[in-house]
Amino acid sequence: MELWFTENHTDNVKFSIKIEKQLVSEKSQYQQIDIFETKEFGKVFALDGYIMLTEKDEFIYHEMITHVPMAVHPDVKKVLVIGAGDGGTIRELTRYDSIEYIDMVEIDAKVVEVCKEYLPSTACKLDDPRVHIHYQDGLRFVRTKENEYDLIIVDSTDPFGPGEGLFTKEFYGNCFKALKEDGILINQHESPFYGNDAKAAKQTHKKIASVFPISLVYQFHMPTYPSGHWLFGFASKKYHPLKDIRYDEWNALGIKTKYYNTSLHAGAFAVPNYVIEILNS
Amino acid sequence: MPVTIFNIGERMADQNLAPLYEALSEHRNKRMAHFDVPGHKGGRGNKELKYFLGEDCLRADVNSMKPLDNLCHPVSVIKEAQELAAEAFGAKEAMFIVNGTTAAVQAMIMSACKAGDKIIMPRNVHRSAINALVVCGAIPVYVNPGVNKKLGISLGMNIEDINAAIAAHPEAKAILVNNPTYYGICSDLKAIVELAHAHNMLVLVDEAHGTHFYFGENLPVNAMAAGADMAAVSMHKTGGSLTQSSILLVGEQVNADYVRQIINLTQTTSGSYLLLSSLDLARRNLSLNGKEMFKKTVDFASYAREEINNIGGYYAYGSELIDGKYIHDFDSTKLSVYTRDIGLAGIEVYDLLRDEYDIQIELGDIGNILAIVSAGDRNLEIERLISALSEIKRLYGKDPGGMFDHEYINPIVEMLPQEAFYSEKKMLPLENCEGRICGEFAMCYPPGIPILAPGELITKEIIAYIKYAKEKGCFMTGTQDMAMDNIMVIEPAVAVFGA
Repeated sequence: MELWFTENHTDNVKFSIKIEKQLVSEKSQYQQIDIFETKEFGKVFALDGYIMLTEKDEFIYHEMITHVPMAVHPDVKKVLVIGAGDGGTIRELTRYDSIEYIDMVEIDAKVVEVCKEYLPSTACKLDDPRVHIHYQDGLRFVRTKENEYDLIIVDSTDPFGPGEGLFTKEFYGNCFKALKEDGILINQHESPFYGNDAKAAKQTHKKIASVFPISLVYQFHMPTYPSGHWLFGFASKKYHPLKDIRYDEWNALGIKTKYYNTSLHAGAFAVPNYVIEILNS
Repeated sequence: MPVTIFNIGERMADQNLAPLYEALSEHRNKRMAHFDVPGHKGGRGNKELKYFLGEDCLRADVNSMKPLDNLCHPVSVIKEAQELAAEAFGAKEAMFIVNGTTAAVQAMIMSACKAGDKIIMPRNVHRSAINALVVCGAIPVYVNPGVNKKLGISLGMNIEDINAAIAAHPEAKAILVNNPTYYGICSDLKAIVELAHAHNMLVLVDEAHGTHFYFGENLPVNAMAAGADMAAVSMHKTGGSLTQSSILLVGEQVNADYVRQIINLTQTTSGSYLLLSSLDLARRNLSLNGKEMFKKTVDFASYAREEINNIGGYYAYGSELIDGKYIHDFDSTKLSVYTRDIGLAGIEVYDLLRDEYDIQIELGDIGNILAIVSAGDRNLEIERLISALSEIKRLYGKDPGGMFDHEYINPIVEMLPQEAFYSEKKMLPLENCEGRICGEFAMCYPPGIPILAPGELITKEIIAYIKYAKEKGCFMTGTQDMAMDNIMVIEPAVAVFGA
């Protein structure tokens, strides 16, 4: 007997991974949570049937969502992370001694509970004393903050389901308000490839660009996400990701990475023409 | 699940049933050959529409036939569905309406009054009520509603004012009350009913925004419970049925068969089964789940009120407005927000919410916005609304100084609505209309409460108000001139007091 997990990447495209066994199947107040053991990707974590991470390729996502802004902003002390219940983003951030305080806002406590038990490779730093977890709606949390954070990372699911509010103009505006005058916002920006994802990427870019003076996207290659070609948004009040990057300072930190390096940093902002067209249309 | 059993004729019925829906559902499954209207025949004759609305929907769009009863003369499933609705609302009879609550309001007034009969009403009614006066020739005796000067909204009817109107016009046939108002303000309905009945007058309630009063807990008293004689409830507004469907409730003292004849004077003979079945299902849902639904609604609205007030600058008002005079009670499901202290007219906030944040709310007037909250909302939408309001204040807020100091303007009535509407009229530029009598309606929509009704004096104040409302982007309706640059006035000019 063979057991396969299948995610519909579009109505007409399927992506399947052979399952060794299912470790978790739970329905929380917000979503369906599943974790599978697989041969090819190690443990696979899915919400509402969409892959959030696999042990084999999560490093790409988590390194790119954190080290890019950390190599640009010279003095990140206080960070707000929205979503990110699996802990991967927190794991990367805690590698910086300069960071003093991290607020993590995750709507679903069940996700954190499950990840702590089954995904220690990403959830390992959630108990770091600098990390303060708040189980509430991200939109609500950020609304009350003003001039408080150096960096906000929106590590969200897709713009449907519980993460929907994190793709709205009011949310990006509230983030702008919550950031200090030189703050940076990084957000999960969907994929430019398939129609519906590309539409979301385009709308997201339009909304962020209407709020922040500097607004770019950068790409990374995620084998288990639809099309493999994925974007993050880099929105900033002051620092430009290419003009203000501090190559030497970052390299001097000696942080060992598997995907990110400062040459790739510059390259990631060089996006293909079809992406430029989508974002500019 | 609370189940109420009672007798309908010889059979037992309960609120779990939905006879009209069940009959329609059964009919749809029969795969009959149709040689009757509608001509689209289940959508086969209009494929584009079928793909747009769905085949199931088009196949439920049928004409009246024996197994499905007839709205004009209900004898089977529509009758049963109406009886269940009557029980659910605590009325003697309930009549399904497919021409909007407008038709229900008009049927109430036309059932109570003939040409020349007087009816006591506040002037801040929906246009449908004054329309009825134009059609049937009844004479309005206006009772000025209270006004909250800061918010610029009209309030409820004060008992003392009604008493005075009754003393001056003891021959009046009825009192019309709009309860709650669009903004959630309630009058003392029980006292009004007592007073009216003591003087042999009927009480008609425009309860368009009050469907939930019949099913929720800790909400203001509903018209039937207060002893009113008729009530028009917009099931589609907060009750969950399809747009344009409504129910007219009839109390013990009114001849319901006469009311049906009045409804049939103007209502379609091709009542839509989509609308009718939505009334049946909405009634069942409200009966079975209403308490829970409206608790959720009140919780959402209360949370939003608190959070919006925490933003600062906005004033989301609630039961603290109750003064025992013009505001007897407040509908806590309503989320009305006064915006002028952030330097923006309500209509400007309304437009910004839609254009900049993809949030559509119910209305924006000069000083306020109104958001309809219902059991269909989720935390997400509530948070989006609050966050967007916070952003609008941050990005667009300005000094409120120099804003038009508007308040609700009590009209000066010079002529009966019907007489004025059918008089000789001529079109004049708005700015030249001062001192003339208006021959048509002029209003912002929403809320659809006339700024001017036929027969009312056009004052300098009203001209300034209309200009300001236009400038701020209100959607102006009612006049022949679609742009409302001109108004039809009674010709020739008559010397009027106060002009």
